[in-house]
Amino acid sequence: MTARVGVITFPGSLDEDEAARAVRRAGGEPVALWHGQRDLRGVDAVILPGGFSYGDYLRCGAIARFSPVMAALATAARAGLPVLGICNGFQILCEAQLLPGALTRNAGLHFVSRDLRLRVESTRTAWTRAYSEGQEITIPLKSGEGAYAADTSTLAALEAGGQVVVRYLANPNGSVRDIAGVSNEAGNVVGLMPHPEYATDGLTGPGTDGLGFFASAVSALTEVAR
Amino acid sequence: MTAPETTATAPGQAPAPQDTVARAAGRPDQPQPFAELGLTEPEYQRIRDLLGRRPTDAELALYSVMWSEHCSYKSSKVHLRQFGEKAPRSDAMLAGIGANAGVVDIGHGYAVTFKIESHNHPSYVEPHQGAATGVGGIVRDILAMGARPVAVMDALRFGPADAPDTRRVLPGVVSGISFYGNCLGLPNIGGELAFDPCYAGNPLVNALCVGVMRHGDLKEAIAEGPGNQVILLGSRTGPDGIGGASVLASATFGEGAAAKRPSVQVGDPFLEKLLIECCLELYREDLITGIQDLGAAGVACATTELAAAGTGGMRVRLDEVPLRDSSLGPPEILMSESQERMMAVVTPANVARFLAVCARWGVQATVIGEVTGTGRLEMTWHGQTVVDIPPGTAADEGPVYQRPLARPDRQDDLIADDPARLARPDGGPALRGTLLRLLAAPGLADSTWVTEQYDRYVRGDTVLAMPEDGGLIRVDEESGLGVALATDGNGRYSLLDPYAGAQLALAEAYRNVAATGARPLAVTNCLNFGSPEDPGVMWQFAEAVRGLADGCLELGVPVTGGNVSFYNQTGQTAIQPTPVIGVLGVHDDVRRRLSIGFGTEGAPVVLLGRTSDELGGSAWAQVVHDHVGGRPPRVDLAAEQALAGLLADAAAAGLLDAAHDLSDGGLAVALAESCLRGGHGARITLPGDPFTFLFSESAARAVVAVRPGAEAEFTRLCAGRGVPAETIGAVGGTSLDVDGCFTVPLDELAGAHQGTLPAIFGPAIVSAASTSPAVTS
Repeated sequence: MTARVGVITFPGSLDEDEAARAVRRAGGEPVALWHGQRDLRGVDAVILPGGFSYGDYLRCGAIARFSPVMAALATAARAGLPVLGICNGFQILCEAQLLPGALTRNAGLHFVSRDLRLRVESTRTAWTRAYSEGQEITIPLKSGEGAYAADTSTLAALEAGGQVVVRYLANPNGSVRDIAGVSNEAGNVVGLMPHPEYATDGLTGPGTDGLGFFASAVSALTEVAR
Repeated sequence: MTAPETTATAPGQAPAPQDTVARAAGRPDQPQPFAELGLTEPEYQRIRDLLGRRPTDAELALYSVMWSEHCSYKSSKVHLRQFGEKAPRSDAMLAGIGANAGVVDIGHGYAVTFKIESHNHPSYVEPHQGAATGVGGIVRDILAMGARPVAVMDALRFGPADAPDTRRVLPGVVSGISFYGNCLGLPNIGGELAFDPCYAGNPLVNALCVGVMRHGDLKEAIAEGPGNQVILLGSRTGPDGIGGASVLASATFGEGAAAKRPSVQVGDPFLEKLLIECCLELYREDLITGIQDLGAAGVACATTELAAAGTGGMRVRLDEVPLRDSSLGPPEILMSESQERMMAVVTPANVARFLAVCARWGVQATVIGEVTGTGRLEMTWHGQTVVDIPPGTAADEGPVYQRPLARPDRQDDLIADDPARLARPDGGPALRGTLLRLLAAPGLADSTWVTEQYDRYVRGDTVLAMPEDGGLIRVDEESGLGVALATDGNGRYSLLDPYAGAQLALAEAYRNVAATGARPLAVTNCLNFGSPEDPGVMWQFAEAVRGLADGCLELGVPVTGGNVSFYNQTGQTAIQPTPVIGVLGVHDDVRRRLSIGFGTEGAPVVLLGRTSDELGGSAWAQVVHDHVGGRPPRVDLAAEQALAGLLADAAAAGLLDAAHDLSDGGLAVALAESCLRGGHGARITLPGDPFTFLFSESAARAVVAVRPGAEAEFTRLCAGRGVPAETIGAVGGTSLDVDGCFTVPLDELAGAHQGTLPAIFGPAIVSAASTSPAVTS
């Protein structure tokens, strides 16, 4: 049985098509979800893609967290549904308090679009099982509000609990402790600012290092289904 | 300050008195501020003659914007005709000049449309919003054709990089493009960045957009079928960009009513994104019969052009236009350039479904009128007629001027000032220093500081983007079909010889597209010039247009549309004539694209084309000697065609590893860029005078790295195409080594190339996390 992975489209989502393509490249079946729906159509996992959900003239993701679909998502995420937030999706998950911390304006105040080296710090999450711990991967970043911030006790808890999922090798935006992505305690909810979906086709991206995020969830779900 | 007279229509209040058609007929001698609106006395008289009475304020506003240089092309029209008259036969054209943008058949049932447009003046006044709305405007142009916009590019020119005002203008322009384009989800795949003192008070911000559609999807800007409804959708109308209308407002309503109106529009990219998705869904559901974007001249332009192109009549209730500022009256509503608006014509049966699609996307849509069979464009304001004109008189029958033109006296002096008199670097160390100096010059330096602020990945189909020669977008994943795009222009060449300068810009863009492995198909242009009232400028313009039209005919690539921007000057000093040319090509299989980067150790490096001593208007002359003089490089379009054909064939056959066109800075700069892009050095032996081979800017040349093993086949192909080819070395090592001259390690090249813009505009790269302590609660 093929894993069905929902991809939520908010009005200003931009990267939902590429997220769906990445799911397909990883062997899964993407399922389109609309922000105005109140249910998740029985999907096995959900991706919140990048973009500018509601224009994000306020804090990024601050309005999207109130979308009708988010209530169902929050319930399912707390019950263990694998959820991946990429860029704006990460911002929304933080605003919805499904992940700790917040994303703030890049140090330097410019939008940064760049291929980056990342180190995978945790492979126990639903979305990073396919990697090995310490593995270095190249994935594009493209964001203006990508500087991860959290208070000191939260950071301590993240580090102690192995919830720092990926770190920048060269910090592009002033993220605290070079954090590029984090997970919740259970490891089913992951958010990161870089875009693994744009590193799943060597022709249009820097390589295929990003495929592991999607393969991690798809293969685990497929195994469960067997 | 005196209190303004009542102008708003508050609920329950009577509407403010308006200058109606009846009132205009009754008060024929009332003085009107036509000159303040930019109309000449004969133009004003012509309006009176056409109408048989004086125009109302609203009509005067409408004619003034429709007959402006920007909308009517009144000074350029007589020259632009050549693009049609000299158009080469091309089976690829589905729609050409006259439509919002030309449409080109690229095969497999796909068509693309592309256009470039200027937003120069707003970008100087308010760089961020000026540049942002420039992107928004060109994207709506493409959307109105029925296409999905898929990529943008920007050709930017500023004053000296280190001038204080450039530090205001450039970062603002870049942030505006970044803010708007990134939020729309359109990859920015290339463009240009150039600096010259002539642009200090008048930067050039030219934005290009390309869109893709299926053949049957083409939409037209016509209002046909009496009874069909006219719907305005998108943003509410506000007092943006109506500086001119304040003349009327104050004349009508008293001082102060319209004070402090912004003359630059403010963009809302989120709304534009919704408008794009909404329109594409309306197209899919087949719910429109005609559509037009609102750009310059807003409602005035959309209504007159739709009506003039269709059945010929339209009735519009201006009081139905949703407003952001309730004090706006008919003249201001007509002239407003509020962004993110479209106007559609819809059959009555489809109106409900149309409005439902708009509601789904959260896009406001309002029926404001209907198509009629009267042949008149009538507009009412709370029941009173304020406009009643034949729409063609405003849309198509504007004034046309044959402006006087004269070759400037100083042209001979410019040409006589040959760069042969300039001191040339002598010996290896001097040549080495010259290369590093050119690589670090702002106009040749690595432009990552700019391009890193643009999203190049979004949509997942970007195969090539800056710093490659051209951008390349995949259109069809299965077949590998794609489109390549490049824009080029060189004000120095055009100053020395506008005819040749336009052809050299065309040739460079054509060559850049070919260097990706694509076949050039069509041309768009943005013609940036000074005042058309200056005979010297008009001569430059006429020469450039003639050169471009002749060049397109010879290369077999038709002009599919374009834009003219006049009055680019500071005081009486015009910018260098700057025709910016965009070329679009089709790539049969993007998996066989060519990059500029040297990627394979041992690959032979081959110089294609003929190198002569041609340094007039060159980057070397400008950077090292601050000199612009002599003649630009010789144009040889037959050689360009042969070279482009060779590159496409060689790419398709998989013979090449890399290809880079030679232009600004010649072979030296191209080699350095190819080494840096690919991360490999090269060992080069020059076949003649080192200075000439390194820095001459002879056209119709490229440098390629041949796939090892394919040398013989490539040589045969070059001979067959008649392209001179000389092996000048091989890829390898960690430095650029020019035999007998110099060696420069790659990291020294990188340091020179990459340091310039961050040093001037501030580091875009921030240091490690230690600089950003944890937030303490």
